[in-house]
Amino acid sequence: MKWLLVAFWSVVILSVALLIAAYMIWWERKFAGRMQRRIGPYWVGYPHGWLQSIADAIKILRKEDIIPKNADKWVYNIAPFLFMVPPMFLFAVFPFSKTWVVADLNVGLLYVLAVSSLGVFGVMMAGWGSHNKYALLSAMRYVSQMISYEVPLVLSALVPVVLTGSMNLGAITNAQKGLWFALWPVVGWVAFVVFLLATLAEGNRAPFDIPEAESELIGGFAVEYSGWKFAMFYVGEYVHLLAVSILASVLFLGGWRGPLLPPLLWLFIKTVFMYSVLLWIRWSFVRLRVDQLMVFNWKVLVPVSVVNLLLAALWVVLR
Amino acid sequence: MATRTLEFTFDEMRVNMGPQHPSTHGVFRGVLVLEGEEIKDLIPHIGYLHRGVEKLAEHLSYVQDVPIMARNDYLGPVHNELVMAHAVEKLANIQVPERAQYLRVMASELHRIASHLVWTGTFLLDMGGALGGGSTMFLYLFQARESIMDLYEEWTGARFHPNLVQIGGVRFDLPAGFDRKVKEALQTVRNTVNEVREMVEGNPVFEQRTRGVGVLSPELAQSIGCSGPVLRASGVAYDVRKAFPYDAYDKMDFEIVTATAGDVRARYEVRINEIFQAAHIVEQALEGLPEGPIGAKPPVKAPVAVKAPKGEVYFRVESARGELGAYLVSDGSHKPYRLKLRSPSFSNLQAIQHLVRGHKVADVVVILGSLDPVFGDVDR
Repeated sequence: MKWLLVAFWSVVILSVALLIAAYMIWWERKFAGRMQRRIGPYWVGYPHGWLQSIADAIKILRKEDIIPKNADKWVYNIAPFLFMVPPMFLFAVFPFSKTWVVADLNVGLLYVLAVSSLGVFGVMMAGWGSHNKYALLSAMRYVSQMISYEVPLVLSALVPVVLTGSMNLGAITNAQKGLWFALWPVVGWVAFVVFLLATLAEGNRAPFDIPEAESELIGGFAVEYSGWKFAMFYVGEYVHLLAVSILASVLFLGGWRGPLLPPLLWLFIKTVFMYSVLLWIRWSFVRLRVDQLMVFNWKVLVPVSVVNLLLAALWVVLR
Repeated sequence: MATRTLEFTFDEMRVNMGPQHPSTHGVFRGVLVLEGEEIKDLIPHIGYLHRGVEKLAEHLSYVQDVPIMARNDYLGPVHNELVMAHAVEKLANIQVPERAQYLRVMASELHRIASHLVWTGTFLLDMGGALGGGSTMFLYLFQARESIMDLYEEWTGARFHPNLVQIGGVRFDLPAGFDRKVKEALQTVRNTVNEVREMVEGNPVFEQRTRGVGVLSPELAQSIGCSGPVLRASGVAYDVRKAFPYDAYDKMDFEIVTATAGDVRARYEVRINEIFQAAHIVEQALEGLPEGPIGAKPPVKAPVAVKAPKGEVYFRVESARGELGAYLVSDGSHKPYRLKLRSPSFSNLQAIQHLVRGHKVADVVVILGSLDPVFGDVDR
């Protein structure tokens, strides 16, 4: 009967994750609106347009599904699934409280890093299958960016692993009983900042939203998609963002740990905080160029995170 | 041991950028010849916004032509109205009263501020995208521009195309208590621009995107007829307001803003500094505003009232984009026989082909944006 329970919780968590993704879009629009001295969505739903995302979803699902004449139909049709599904797998291993985790893997972090980089296949196939030069350029950029930024992401995510001695996300959370890893002097700070920057690049957010780059590549790999397939790309991006926000809270901000409030609420607060930081960066920077992005990665982030990881290992050995 | 060299050949890819593209500032179409991300060549195509204004002008009277011109460069309508009115006045030898001259200076400097604010906003938008930091600053700058639009609304009744200039003067005098509102609006503009400068200048992302990108040499700039901020950013101190003063510009105290680098960053700097200079000129015009009539006597009322003697004339003004000229041929009737506009956007746009070679795809929109073309002005 255990598998039935797992299936049940998977469905519950995925539904909640999708709902939260919809409200992340609403939160982003409100947040950006306030940053830009405007109100944001207001009229669809009282108060403060809380039904806006639902209305948008209904609108986009009713749109015509267009397949370009020269598209590679199989590749074109499969791509949105491959983009949207992998981030959803991530929720299986996140510890939402002390006991509440769908699959308590002892290599949880490895699983997360492996699965989250699967999304690149979806983008590559979308770029190739669309038979569009802009989409192809964008897919090329996306692949090179993903592969490059995977390196500092993994290296900085390894710092909590080294400090904990386990890849289990629950164990990592427990190890932050005293002090969050984000607050550990030097090693923790650097790892947290690098992780944040690499997350921005992985999540395809400004100032690293080079693949999307609507001012030059008009939206990038999803340019030929419409209707529910476009919605899948859109939702996939936000589910991914939600997943990395949770991951950052688990790895660096002590996960569900916190006084007084229930664990789930603590995790929620930390996730919203992480997500808001990402938004804050997004809505105040202009975009880097693709070569500068690579330079920043290989000449700054990677060396810094390598040295940082060595320092963390050294500290553990000498302790 | 003999070394072997490997030679790679790349297939060039041609990407059609525009005319329907979010950051081509209207309807510019450039065929990009790419090698990967690198640009080998750009073949510009224009004419998607051609409305035949010059031909249209031949069928309308001089009085009617003035507001029509404002539709060319829709970010600085007063400059276009001015150039047409001035050409007719020069041909028909109409004297403009001094108060009207001051008001014209004030109006055109207000529009220069508004135009540069729009430029800065859209330029950052090109760089940061509508879904990024660019749009934040874009909206700040548009709110500042709004204060100038409000001034125009109170002054002339129209926000966008004020139809302020008429042959022999201006159509509307200042409403009561206007100078206080102008000063408030200028303060808003200064504060906002300073705020945006704080946000972008020194920001490593912004500096990397702009420094050394799209360097325009002064020789090239002069040989293809660039003018305005594009030319001044390359270190050539040419400004029609100083070189061929019109209206009350010879009584104003201002500097020609120049920069030497000639790159995108220099063009940004020149325009930002010009906003402050223009604000300074507006204040001077307000202070020194003489009393008197605002239009030549007798006032022009009917659309056919102005007749220019037979002859031809060229007149130039400094628009927000550079030297805007009108070449007017008259056969002695109340309509122009032929009108040719020399638009700064058109000449400046020619530089794009030379500037983008060797740069990346992302630089195209930044360089194009830095030239500040208005396609109503390019195609006319």
